[in-house]
Amino acid sequence: MSATGAYLPAGLPRPVPEPDGLDAPYWDATRRGELRVQRCRACDTWQWGPEWICHRCLGFTLDWTAVEPRGVIYSWERSWHPVHPALRGHGPYVVVLVELPHAGGIRMVGNLLGDPMQTVEIGADVEAVFEPHDDATPPFTLVQWRTT
Amino acid sequence: MRTSPTVRGRVAIAGIGETTYYKHGRAPESEVALALRAILAACADAGIDPRTIDGFASYSNDRNDPSRLAAALGLPELRFSNMQWGGGGGGGSAAVGNAAAAIAAGYADCVVVFRALAQGQFQRFGAAPPAATASGEAALTFPYGLISPAQRFAMRVMRFMHDHGIRPEAQRAIALASYHHAQSNERAVMHGRPLTAEAYDASRFIVEPFRLFDCCMENDGAAALILVDAERARDLRTRPAYLLGVAQGSEYRNGARGHNAPTYASASFTTVAPRLYEMAGLGPKDIQVVQSYENFTGGVLMSLVEHDFFAAEEANEFLTPENLIAPNGRLPLNTSGGNLAECYMHGLELQLEAVRQLRGESPNQVPGVRAAMVISGPMVTPVSSMILGSEAAL
Repeated sequence: MSATGAYLPAGLPRPVPEPDGLDAPYWDATRRGELRVQRCRACDTWQWGPEWICHRCLGFTLDWTAVEPRGVIYSWERSWHPVHPALRGHGPYVVVLVELPHAGGIRMVGNLLGDPMQTVEIGADVEAVFEPHDDATPPFTLVQWRTT
Repeated sequence: MRTSPTVRGRVAIAGIGETTYYKHGRAPESEVALALRAILAACADAGIDPRTIDGFASYSNDRNDPSRLAAALGLPELRFSNMQWGGGGGGGSAAVGNAAAAIAAGYADCVVVFRALAQGQFQRFGAAPPAATASGEAALTFPYGLISPAQRFAMRVMRFMHDHGIRPEAQRAIALASYHHAQSNERAVMHGRPLTAEAYDASRFIVEPFRLFDCCMENDGAAALILVDAERARDLRTRPAYLLGVAQGSEYRNGARGHNAPTYASASFTTVAPRLYEMAGLGPKDIQVVQSYENFTGGVLMSLVEHDFFAAEEANEFLTPENLIAPNGRLPLNTSGGNLAECYMHGLELQLEAVRQLRGESPNQVPGVRAAMVISGPMVTPVSSMILGSEAAL
């Protein structure tokens, strides 16, 4: 945990919405502490990552639906090698892939908060933790996870 | 033969060539010069005048475009230029397939498949790009420290090993086989640098479940193949390596962003491999030697399962060094040392090794090779794989 309260040190690439606006509603929602993902208005299919069209019914009307910010660990990795200058000297950290069974089984990437050497179990229940980066330009909020 | 609905048996690799393989950043000349040298070496091997070339095919956004190469080589005419979409090594076999299709369709007569890399002159794959921001799919992963290819693929392998109870020794066997083979291959960057099980076990994690020796090198060099019509190949100086089958692609929604591929714990070959075998008219028991792209050993493991050489539940018993080492292993694998220990020529060195095995010219020759498989680019999309055969396999 860094001095700013973020899981990883400052200096990693900052997320910015795509120029065409596709994923802006997701990033806007995270600033309010909401997890919103795509759901097709016509056929109710959940969709993540974002796309302009529903992969099931091929409709172009996709809502940004709030989902309960919890899930289960689908897979994970503990990263050791510093692949970015901001990570030099930081030590290991855990990335998780979290499945949201209540949202069609979509998956989200985040960090698993807590001891980086903790035992990580596929299938474990996790809940989202919103990690604001208010001083960034532009400000953004990451969706992190912790076991429950 | 001309009535065949596929290119099976209609096109052959008649020449192979490569530069010296260098450690990353050590190439003494420009990347495009490396490409040109590899192409000329392949022409010399085939015994053809370089001015015979009329087409180029490559993959992974190779920087050396065919128009420049054609001008540099003074080609009378450029008739075919082809880039296989997708990154990583997934296009290695597809590029051969695309070149072969062009020849079979009459677009061109003599097509070079090439790949050149001098990353010291450009950006490395295994280091983060310098951008301060990330958008699109990168925005969903880079801020969480998931940036490099190793990090992108580790969770696929982690899930696969979890689902099937696969032990780390299975990945280790793949690394040990590659290093073993490199010791008798003087082209190999890791020639003279043997790897023991103890050294593997003591090596650091890059990202779990990958240790240092599970990860490919990054190198400088170039490699090239000359493809011509099968009939013409029979008149050239080398023993033709016929293309028996080739397939490319990936399964349903493999490219769904943010790690949402439905078939996630996969090397992406679950639909490609059956098409490959169907076109070749062969099955896994007909293959005597396999060259399987190692970005990471866990990807090789899944590739071999998906090409039906063994079931996932058999991986622990099948993947031992004894089974993977030429000449007597059950499935000799990556007999030049491959991306791990010969050279990371983005997998094209694997195609050259498959040709050598068919000619009987490998430094780790498997006896009586009639059919050799090359598997290109696990875990990316699209991927591709191909089967080359001798005259006897036609």
